[in-house]
Amino acid sequence: MATHAAAEPKQLWLGGAEPMKASYGKLMMWLFLLSDAFSFSGLLIAYGLVRYAHPAYDGEIDKFVFSNQYWPIPERVFEAVPFFHGYQLPLVFVGLMTFILIFSSVTMVLAVEAGHRKDKADVEKWMLWTILGGITFLGSQAWEWGHFITGTDTPTTLTDVINGVQVTKDVFGANLHVNQYGPQPFADFFFFITGFHGTHVTSGVVLNIIVFFNVCMGLYERRGHYEMVEKVGLYWHFVDLVWVFVFTFFYLV
Amino acid sequence: MASEYNEYVEKDGKMVAKPQTKKIWRTFWILLLITVLEFVVAFTLPHNMHLLKVSIFVIMTIVKAAYIMGEFMHLSGETKSLFWTIIVPLVFIAWLVLALLLEGGFISSY
Repeated sequence: MATHAAAEPKQLWLGGAEPMKASYGKLMMWLFLLSDAFSFSGLLIAYGLVRYAHPAYDGEIDKFVFSNQYWPIPERVFEAVPFFHGYQLPLVFVGLMTFILIFSSVTMVLAVEAGHRKDKADVEKWMLWTILGGITFLGSQAWEWGHFITGTDTPTTLTDVINGVQVTKDVFGANLHVNQYGPQPFADFFFFITGFHGTHVTSGVVLNIIVFFNVCMGLYERRGHYEMVEKVGLYWHFVDLVWVFVFTFFYLV
Repeated sequence: MASEYNEYVEKDGKMVAKPQTKKIWRTFWILLLITVLEFVVAFTLPHNMHLLKVSIFVIMTIVKAAYIMGEFMHLSGETKSLFWTIIVPLVFIAWLVLALLLEGGFISSY
């Protein structure tokens, strides 16, 4: 018994066996996602810190106007929807984006389920839907960025002190130098956080396309298991998970 | 794995198990319902109840995250040691949030 107990850990960690009953690839994907979770938390927590270092708007919500004197109310910034120019539809478009991403997460998990059954046709079908969802999300985000950069129909008049002289100027939209919606860090964080997430979605779509190609070529069928679908599935769900937090802390709060 | 399935259908000349997707769709409806509720809270609760709104949003977000990690990423079905290997380090995030909530306000006093 004693020799058996001494020999077991050796066998467990010297290959052959799978520690924690998860394959090497799956374990490493989990640990990578854990470290990635720290990156995103760092960004979102920094956003919270900078936001509460700025004064909040404390007037009536109906009378809210953009100013660099206080932090904007997100639902008054993000209220544009494609093809509905001029309408105030707060958070509708970003809600649609959230739905698209959650739905593509569902099709991904259906692809993983089909992989367990070694049903090649079903894996192909659901992977394709997932890729489509990812591309739709990226397109939506590109539109949102375009609108954020171009700005509203009427400019915001910002007052700034440059070299001791008070300067007023009309500003349309936002970039890393000017911001019509509020204090400059608001635009900076918008570009950085949604951009970092969008980069993750982009690489997720690329990974999904590679795996989809391999499924079609019958690589995993020959290998005897569809674990690769499961691994990119983990990554894809993580991207969805991060968006749930970005949605709450950037758009809703 | 194959023993979980008891119904098979023929597809492209091969026998393939019937999909079992009830649980997946249930999780989807729960996630959708929580997101819709978030919208309802965002537009019905008055603006001056900001702290209450934020608390509801945070709780709902954590519930959604738990469903995505537990069901979609299948973490609740992994071994206990893998489950806790992933969950326990997240306490560092909670620590950073708490630390900055308590002391982060000093950044604006410069």
